[in-house]
Amino acid sequence: MASTTAMPPLRAGATNRFIRVIFNHLATVYAIGSTLLVMAPLIAIFAYLLFKGASSLNLNFFTQVPKPVGELGGGMANSILGSGILLAIASLMGVPIGIAAGIYIAEFGRDKRLSNMVRFTADVLNGVPSIVMGIAVYTLIVVPQKHFSALSGGVALGIMMIPTITRTTEEMLLMVPLNVREAALGLGLPNWRSVLSITLRTASPGVITGCMLAFARVAGETAPLLFTAFGNQFWSTSIDQPIAALPLQIYVYALSPYDEWHRLAWAGALVLIVLIVVSVALVRYVAGRGVLKGAS
Amino acid sequence: MGVGIDVSDLNAWYGANHTLQNISLKIPANHATALIGPSGCGKSTFVRCLNRMHETNPVGRVTGSVRVGDTDIYAQASPVEIRRRIGMVFQRPNPFPTMSIYDNVASGLRLNGFRNRKILDDVVERSLQQAALWDEVKVDLKKKSGASLSGGQQQRLCIARALAVDPEVMLMDEPASALDPVSTAKIEDLIFQLKSQYTIVIVTHNMQQAARVAENTGFFLNGKLVEFDATHKIFTNPTDKRTEDYITGRFG
Repeated sequence: MASTTAMPPLRAGATNRFIRVIFNHLATVYAIGSTLLVMAPLIAIFAYLLFKGASSLNLNFFTQVPKPVGELGGGMANSILGSGILLAIASLMGVPIGIAAGIYIAEFGRDKRLSNMVRFTADVLNGVPSIVMGIAVYTLIVVPQKHFSALSGGVALGIMMIPTITRTTEEMLLMVPLNVREAALGLGLPNWRSVLSITLRTASPGVITGCMLAFARVAGETAPLLFTAFGNQFWSTSIDQPIAALPLQIYVYALSPYDEWHRLAWAGALVLIVLIVVSVALVRYVAGRGVLKGAS
Repeated sequence: MGVGIDVSDLNAWYGANHTLQNISLKIPANHATALIGPSGCGKSTFVRCLNRMHETNPVGRVTGSVRVGDTDIYAQASPVEIRRRIGMVFQRPNPFPTMSIYDNVASGLRLNGFRNRKILDDVVERSLQQAALWDEVKVDLKKKSGASLSGGQQQRLCIARALAVDPEVMLMDEPASALDPVSTAKIEDLIFQLKSQYTIVIVTHNMQQAARVAENTGFFLNGKLVEFDATHKIFTNPTDKRTEDYITGRFG
């Protein structure tokens, strides 16, 4: 240390040094321990799912629809596809609305009252129990249509994605330094162009992370689908009909009294987690490819 | 070619703070004009009024008139049009961090809808050469991020980016204050070469820099323009006592 000579003799004493070294080690151990604790649940869940579910995974699981009670075999092909369709509808709705709302609060919210209101609404929406979201969409879409549908399920999930995406977009945009915005305006770019092509682009890694967080969260939701997508034992790709979804199928199978269905539920849970991890990794890879390395 | 700037009775505020008071001066075309003065005297605010950047601050307000060439920029043009004619280089280098060197220089044209590849290539090369950066970056023009360059290179990149849209005036707000002496010398050389084609207004804390690059110098103090004259006159025989005190280092 450069300033040791200026220190009072007391602080350079051997006892203090001893305490300092001990404290340093304690803090390191604490940090490492916490890291392990954070990782432990995910690893434990994943290991347990592998242990319970991997043995039931075979080609049929991915190609067949559920068999009636009493017949062995059958798979969750329709649920995997159904989850894909539901999440596509949810993302098509949640991502554009969420990002646009985030842009409004961060960049155009000159009216402080309105942007505070949007922010507050987003936070409350984030805390609304997912079953309530299901009931709300049931009332808004299912009741007037008089039947369950993939569309209503997708909308319920989409609404749940919005607050997370809005708040992350806002925070990431606000982290873009003022001088980058000024550079864009100084070049004679209109404000909208500067926001879309410069500010949003600079913030895009964080915005994408926010979208993936929201996606991963709703991918495993069961409650909002109970009254909306409803589930389906057969092939269906129509967004106007009830549709199967992995979490719903897991829910039904796990509550059933049959051992065969329990095994399929475990396998379904394993597939759901793997699919979420793979899709998040894929989006990160694709989005990260174009971004140049070496940026500070 | 550059155009002259005629400022009359310019006042600017930040909220209730009257930052610039009754500024009038004529900045000649195709010359470099330096603005000096202690921190907070209003010289940065003044250049930001010349391309209507001051009003991007929510509490910023301007009155008075600024004529750039034949245009009264506050009465006869939109801020966007004006900023395309008047380039700006900021105190801290601010390349677009997610863009390559090429994209940074091309950004002004491209984001305004210009797409011709051949012409873009030419403009990027010419601008980087004008900014004396071409030889250092030509090999990885499209591979390296603008943010991966050194501070001095980043600032020359920002100058190239401003030159690419072919402005008539270049405003420089302490362009070398965050740079080391070698990079500073390069920027000054650049100003020296550019001023035959552009009208340059440079804000600086460094009085030697003003003396080296500018034909005319203005001295700001507490929001007022104290004195505006030929640079050698300001530095050797100032009319106002306050100017003399400042340049001889008695305050500021």
